[in-house]
Amino acid sequence: MREIRFREALREAIAEEMERDDAVFLMGEEVGRYQGAYKVTEGLFERFGERRVIDAPIAENGFAGIGIGAAMVGLRPIIEFMTFNFSAVAFDQIISNAAKVRQMSGGQFTCPIVFRGPNGSARQVGSQHSQSFESFYAHVPGLKVVAPAFASDAKGLLKAAIRDDNPVCFLESETLYGIKGDVPDPASGDHLVEIGKAHVPHAGTDVTIVSWSRITHVALQAIAELAKEGISAELVDLRSLRPLDEETIVNSVRKTHRVVVAHEGWPYGGVGAEIVDRIQRLAFDDLDAPVLRISGMDVPMPYNAKLEQHCLPQVPAIVEACKRVLYVH
Amino acid sequence: MTRKKAVAEATPSRPAPPHAEPEGESEAAAHLLELYRQMQTIRRIEEECARSYAQGKIGGFLHLYIGQESVGVGALAALRPDDYVIGTYRDHGLAIAKGMPPRAVMAELYGKVTGCSRGLGGSMHLFDVAHGMLGGYGIVGGHIPLAAGTAFASKYRGDGRVTLCFFGEGSVSIGSFHEALSLAALWKLPCVFICENNEYSMGTPLQRTMSVEDVSQKALAYGMARDRFFARDVLEVEHRIREAVDRARETSEPTLVEVRTYRFRGHSMSDPGKYRTSEEIEAQKKHDPLNRARDQLKTMGKSEDELAKLDAAIEEVVRDAIEHAETSPEPGPEILEETTYSGPFAR
Repeated sequence: MREIRFREALREAIAEEMERDDAVFLMGEEVGRYQGAYKVTEGLFERFGERRVIDAPIAENGFAGIGIGAAMVGLRPIIEFMTFNFSAVAFDQIISNAAKVRQMSGGQFTCPIVFRGPNGSARQVGSQHSQSFESFYAHVPGLKVVAPAFASDAKGLLKAAIRDDNPVCFLESETLYGIKGDVPDPASGDHLVEIGKAHVPHAGTDVTIVSWSRITHVALQAIAELAKEGISAELVDLRSLRPLDEETIVNSVRKTHRVVVAHEGWPYGGVGAEIVDRIQRLAFDDLDAPVLRISGMDVPMPYNAKLEQHCLPQVPAIVEACKRVLYVH
Repeated sequence: MTRKKAVAEATPSRPAPPHAEPEGESEAAAHLLELYRQMQTIRRIEEECARSYAQGKIGGFLHLYIGQESVGVGALAALRPDDYVIGTYRDHGLAIAKGMPPRAVMAELYGKVTGCSRGLGGSMHLFDVAHGMLGGYGIVGGHIPLAAGTAFASKYRGDGRVTLCFFGEGSVSIGSFHEALSLAALWKLPCVFICENNEYSMGTPLQRTMSVEDVSQKALAYGMARDRFFARDVLEVEHRIREAVDRARETSEPTLVEVRTYRFRGHSMSDPGKYRTSEEIEAQKKHDPLNRARDQLKTMGKSEDELAKLDAAIEEVVRDAIEHAETSPEPGPEILEETTYSGPFAR
């Protein structure tokens, strides 16, 4: 093990898979000579050359479509969106082509492609650059959606996503790129994390917090606060949103009987709502309280720093929700 | 089924016909006969599709190619068998010209499991990986970036393949058309973009949807080669598309080709056609590429008897395709999950 940053873990995953398979290439805005808008792809252009690290003009619909076409005939593209906000411009390509081509061809064509980039809020980047896209993409059969919180999972899941024969939306976070975490040394073998498996980074007995991506770290802070008051909270970090690891969620509910789902996206029809549905269907008799959701506020993200924090899930809100499901008020 | 390329590249060892006709002319006639066979097969299959649709045996949307057959048949005659073809929802003609069995096409329209897309695609989504048919797509213009993508893959691998991408003039106002052409020109991708200009988008004439009359001018902004011609002579289509295909294969440069054509039927089966007159349609039918090919064949020495025999053989193919479609089983629900994801279903 050694400690590396989240962005370095992603870079290692891309480099190792490009080394392993010539069919893997990277395409996106400023990924090459500029070294990546968030420096995830730093050094890859020098290492792999312009054939495989391709700077695209600002044309997400066009280059996402090029990636899908290339994937249909056997390449394994990694398409970087500078942020997932810009994937909206390529939405038709992702949902009408990538997600559909296997089924509408009767299973003849597959689409092994990864769409990756930062998702959700950054810091004061305003309403158009702060959106969470997981509910849009997880809604679509034919797609997989992954959103890691830790450097180790970022590497292992990205490698798994590149090797997956289905289109995968790989959601990162600008605010996580700099965090450090233990990641196995490449010399100790391939580090792969299976898509569709949640994990429990913190075990507890009184209440379960289900989260993913950046909010997992907020939840860990909330757990520390709860511990001060003698409340033992368990954290389920989903890592994958589609497929969703029902088993790990239900096992935790059976243990704690109380659940708070915390995520950054909007509440209406969000991934949190889907998780709540699964819990009430699969573990109704194990629940001792209604499941609560802490989500981003139901408004476009404001620029003002204080208002932005007001709109995002914070430690006190998660702590408060945990107490409510424990009826300790 | 004889591949068109095999006809075009027949070896000199082939026995000479009994007539003392020069070898070159005989081969030219055989080649045109093959193109005529394909066009006539497409037309007859589609006439029967319309009948089956009226009988409720085909559901959803049905967009006929009738009148435009010379575009797909002529263009695909310029390809190698391993080249890629991708198109719109008006895709029956491309599928058959690419060598897909009419049985598989008709069964797909009937929603049967023996269809080329196992009954999951329907009329608009005819796919055949073995024949390099990358499918028909239902979002106008949305498939044009995919064509740039398959051409990108060919260049990346150096496999020498060319991608032919078909779309109507109704596609050239949408962003995906422009992004695909821009990127294909920028990265020199071996792709030929073929705009089948049938003048009416769906029901709105070209002068009301475009600020210029010449679609091929769209290539100018991208520094892309362009061509523009009428589709009345299938051999002319083949010849002109071959120039663009050769350019793509030899120098990896894309071309935008505007082929001016006309559909004799409505946009789809639900189109009442009130946007044009029957006089206009009748005038256009005088340029029917099938009649022209038939006349040319007679000039080249093919007898009425020979053509009648071919037509009869085509009728048998059509009859067989319908029978196959009508008697084939439907897909069951068990097909849905395995075709949505490769591997376990992601729930």
